[in-house]
Amino acid sequence: MSLQLKDVTLTVNGRPHLFETSLELEKGTMNVLLGPTLAGKTTLMRLMAGLDVPTSGKVYWNGKDVTGMRVQDRHIAMVYQQFINYPTMSVYDNIASPLRLMKQSKSEIDKAVRSTAEIVKMSDMLDRKPLELSGGQQQRCALARALVKGSGLVLLDEPLANLDYKLREELRAEIPKMFEESGAIFVYATTEPEEALLLGGNTATLWEGRITQFNKAPEVYHRPNNMITARVFSDPPMNFLKLSKIGNQLFLDDGQAMLATGNLSKLKDGKYMAGFRPNHLELNAPNDTAMKFSALLNVTEYTGAETFLHMEHGGHNWVGLVEGTQKLDLNSILPVYLDAGHIYIFAEDGALVMPASYATAA
Amino acid sequence: MAELVFSTKKRKPWIKKSAVIMIIYILFLLIPIYWLLNMSLKTNNEILGQFSMWPENLTFANYLVIFTDPSWYWGYFNSIIYVLLNTVISLAVALPAAYAFSRYSFMGDKHLFFWLLTNRMAPPAVFALPFFQLYSSVGLFDTHIAVALAHTLFNVPLAVWILEGFMRGVPKEIDETAYIDGYGFFTFFAKIFTPLISSGIGVVAFFCFMFSWVELLLSRTLTSVDAKSIAATMTRTVSAAGLDWGVLSAAGILTIIPGALVIYFVRNHIAKGFAMGRV
Repeated sequence: MSLQLKDVTLTVNGRPHLFETSLELEKGTMNVLLGPTLAGKTTLMRLMAGLDVPTSGKVYWNGKDVTGMRVQDRHIAMVYQQFINYPTMSVYDNIASPLRLMKQSKSEIDKAVRSTAEIVKMSDMLDRKPLELSGGQQQRCALARALVKGSGLVLLDEPLANLDYKLREELRAEIPKMFEESGAIFVYATTEPEEALLLGGNTATLWEGRITQFNKAPEVYHRPNNMITARVFSDPPMNFLKLSKIGNQLFLDDGQAMLATGNLSKLKDGKYMAGFRPNHLELNAPNDTAMKFSALLNVTEYTGAETFLHMEHGGHNWVGLVEGTQKLDLNSILPVYLDAGHIYIFAEDGALVMPASYATAA
Repeated sequence: MAELVFSTKKRKPWIKKSAVIMIIYILFLLIPIYWLLNMSLKTNNEILGQFSMWPENLTFANYLVIFTDPSWYWGYFNSIIYVLLNTVISLAVALPAAYAFSRYSFMGDKHLFFWLLTNRMAPPAVFALPFFQLYSSVGLFDTHIAVALAHTLFNVPLAVWILEGFMRGVPKEIDETAYIDGYGFFTFFAKIFTPLISSGIGVVAFFCFMFSWVELLLSRTLTSVDAKSIAATMTRTVSAAGLDWGVLSAAGILTIIPGALVIYFVRNHIAKGFAMGRV
């Protein structure tokens, strides 16, 4: 079983929603579509489902062309961000409805409904109506209806986005288990990089209607192939600075010059963009070779265990993520440090030149 | 503890002020209906001869006239027939139309939607003459379907308008989920979608019923004998012998009853309809 998108595009009213995209998803894989809102995650998913027909390109299911086929004949399952159930039916009837349409026998349906309800922990709720349930339970019901069909392709479009934090964590931990039991191709859209890493499997990063990279999640995280992917797969987004190398010296855009060490010494002379993740920025020098920056601190935000620092450096907005509650003077120049091993080097056009040395080790 | 017991025993004045005002208001509104009931239970002599708050010679003769005279009771049957026909036709036409308006955007959809409503802006009298001539020439004059069709001109736009509001409240994802689950369009519409907008259908049925039941001018113009409506029958009781006050009042009371029944059955739907903002 496999799903293949070949050069699909979607243009609506003259506006391109998705640029030429090819993607192949293998049987029994978890695939995360990661990107900010309007990146085209839902568009891509609807094309996979057959809810929308691509403007050009083909969709193949097990090698068979299914482009433009009625969605009823596609035998897929989908869960939306909103909790979509049939409000007039009980949870039991909701879960049973796809099976009834497949003309299965009563006892078969009953068995399937009960075992699926077991997986999503809804066994006690079967007699209730969806609107009498909490948001988390409503989404469990929707998940059950998607799983019970046993379809080869299960599409989850930000299924946890409308849940509160606690429920989200709980349900997210259960999704990989549901996935393993189904053996289907799972496609999971999310805006959160964290979810992509937690769910495992493959990640496709999307940006403005294009897939920028598709690979195993940790691979994409550690070796983003360009600046856009790096920005998408980092929350808060990656920080950037301009940098040029001449001989064994690095010249930063704030006028600093320093000795190139480690991997950086192997760089060819030229101009580059350097990127690093907010959590690698530190308030105290981690070692002697750490780079030191003087950044203007604009805002600090405390989340309890961590503090977000919003800074300006050389015309770029930076975000730092440091541990603990830090009391710092706003609108002042703050010295911050960065281990050179955490620096990604991109070419000026954005393509990755050299991943950070900590990432290549990982 | 003692205080608690005391406080439960302590009563507020047994009737609230607002309730008193409400009751007075309702009684005031009911005066004409009471007077109609009062008259329907009197003889013509008592109605015309003296002022009395209640019938002194209670009689059901007026009602007996209506229940025994076919020209009276057929008025009710005729009205009910074309009202039901009208309600069914209006719903059958408006449901798909409203679905299209709520789910698809097509060229000129907003203008078409507004144009539908403008049909209600003209008074029925405007259409009386063209309808009369048209129906006469195609042989539909004095049939139930003629009145029912004429009334759809006013009821379908309202029905589309109301239903569209209810349908818009149902997320499009439900439609898609149903298709993904394997429902065809018609099974989806009948099994999933219609129950979701049952309140809207109730409200629409109510409005169709009310308009069609009360409307006099078109129903009188388009019928003569076979499909003569109760409203028309009532206006034609002025005879050479004068006005039969008692029978007319009894007819009036009987005409109110179906409307009251309909309101009673759809009252919850109407409240919901108001809450959803399209009624």
